[in-house]
Amino acid sequence: MIQWRITVFLLSLLPLAAMIWGAFHGNLGANPVEALSHESGSWALRFLLVTLAITPLRRLTGWRRLGLLRRMLGLFSFFYACLHFLVWLWLDQEFAWGSMLADIAMRPYVTVGFLSFLILTILALTSNMFSMRRLGLRWKGLHRLVYAAALLAILHFIWLVKVDLMQPLIYLGIFVLLMLLRLPRNVVMRKPRRIVKKQVVT
Amino acid sequence: MGLYRYGRIKPSEITDRQVWLKRRQLIKAGMAAGAGLLLGGMNGQAVAALAGPGKNRKISLAGESTYGSDLVPTEYEHITTYNNFYELGYGKEAPAENAAALKTRPWSIKVSGECARPGVMDIEDILKLDQEERIYRFRCVEAWAMVVPWAGFPLGAFLKRFQPTSKAKYVEFETLYDPQHLPGQKRTVLDWPYREGLRIDEAIHPLAFMATGLYGEVLPGQNGAPLRLVVPWKYGFKNIKSIVSIRFVEKQPVNSWQATAANEYGFYANVNPDVPHPRWSQKRHRVLGKGVFGSKEDTLLFNGYAQEVAGLYSGMDLRKYF
Repeated sequence: MIQWRITVFLLSLLPLAAMIWGAFHGNLGANPVEALSHESGSWALRFLLVTLAITPLRRLTGWRRLGLLRRMLGLFSFFYACLHFLVWLWLDQEFAWGSMLADIAMRPYVTVGFLSFLILTILALTSNMFSMRRLGLRWKGLHRLVYAAALLAILHFIWLVKVDLMQPLIYLGIFVLLMLLRLPRNVVMRKPRRIVKKQVVT
Repeated sequence: MGLYRYGRIKPSEITDRQVWLKRRQLIKAGMAAGAGLLLGGMNGQAVAALAGPGKNRKISLAGESTYGSDLVPTEYEHITTYNNFYELGYGKEAPAENAAALKTRPWSIKVSGECARPGVMDIEDILKLDQEERIYRFRCVEAWAMVVPWAGFPLGAFLKRFQPTSKAKYVEFETLYDPQHLPGQKRTVLDWPYREGLRIDEAIHPLAFMATGLYGEVLPGQNGAPLRLVVPWKYGFKNIKSIVSIRFVEKQPVNSWQATAANEYGFYANVNPDVPHPRWSQKRHRVLGKGVFGSKEDTLLFNGYAQEVAGLYSGMDLRKYF
């Protein structure tokens, strides 16, 4: 498994390598800041969805060790979200704190993006064994916020697009699919059994 | 034991001296480009101001113009690879990739509506009109900007050929509608064909321009070949591309972006740092091709052309008529 984790770790660094290479070779086009912002943001969202895909994949394939990759992938999502935030803070806004706070307060797409980033920050900070032990049962509840983070990130994408919603809707579709894959065991399989039991009792 | 301990190197494996030299040059150039980026990006100074790359036919200019001689034009490559032209695709690079889908010959412009001499004019005849060069600032509503050396002719003089009547209060422009060839028109992201409009006094203002070229060469498809509007004090989307129809009308036309989202895009669309787009600020913009650091500038009222055009809007509430 350790080889697997190293492989996935190195693969997860490839988008970063591509961004750095592009930035130093003038390969990011006419608007490199926008390119860096879009790349880092897209990768944060992709890693978040891949993280959410682990549980259904584990269930479908029966390969339980897949779960061992989940925290790392989630942290990579946070890593690219940090890059995305840094590009905004430094390259886009150039540390103009006033206009940044105004954007967070007044521009809905910035507000939801920032909220998503805050959630990811909290989840990343509590992703270690120490926090898991300390939070106990509450840990799971707290980390369910990951669904909200993903939805807010997709909303952030939808609201910044001018008219062509194709891309953000594809991400939304994947998110909905991943949510639906979580349902069957509870809704389709368990409920009918309970109903049968009740009928027997009465 | 031979002279070579590890076997003789085959001649085919030796890098040719010319190739080797070239490779070194490339590495040097790459390092210089990298260093340039580090130092806050290169500016366009090194580029010969008005010579294009020779990709398209040259346009013979009747005279030199002093418009924008103090501005440093954005590199040709950036102007032609970062475009909003949804007819040719929705990404910034898509229009350049799909430019071949836009057939610019045969091409004619139909001029109609409230005028004494309506007619159809062939693009070849339009290209025979005196062409001049004008270097204008260009500011997109998405908060990026560039400086473009256009070739073309003033819109006002062109419109007067058709003798607009007193009923001609506005001018409406229309882009080519050809969903069979233009990939972007296969989906209804906008209500095709693309439409734009100007008030007649805006249209005959000396700064209003019809562009046929870029850097002294015929416009590439992605920049709106063969004929496009350039109104430098307004946001980029007013500068309608690949025009096939011009109509003089009495009532204010509804432009495509206004029809799509009236709360975000108005009829006037004058560049104004004090009137934000509902979703983002318009106070500053990023200049294309200036690298990663320090490429942002303050946006000026009417994109820096206030002295020339502010009179057109005296007494108007620019927040209401955005």
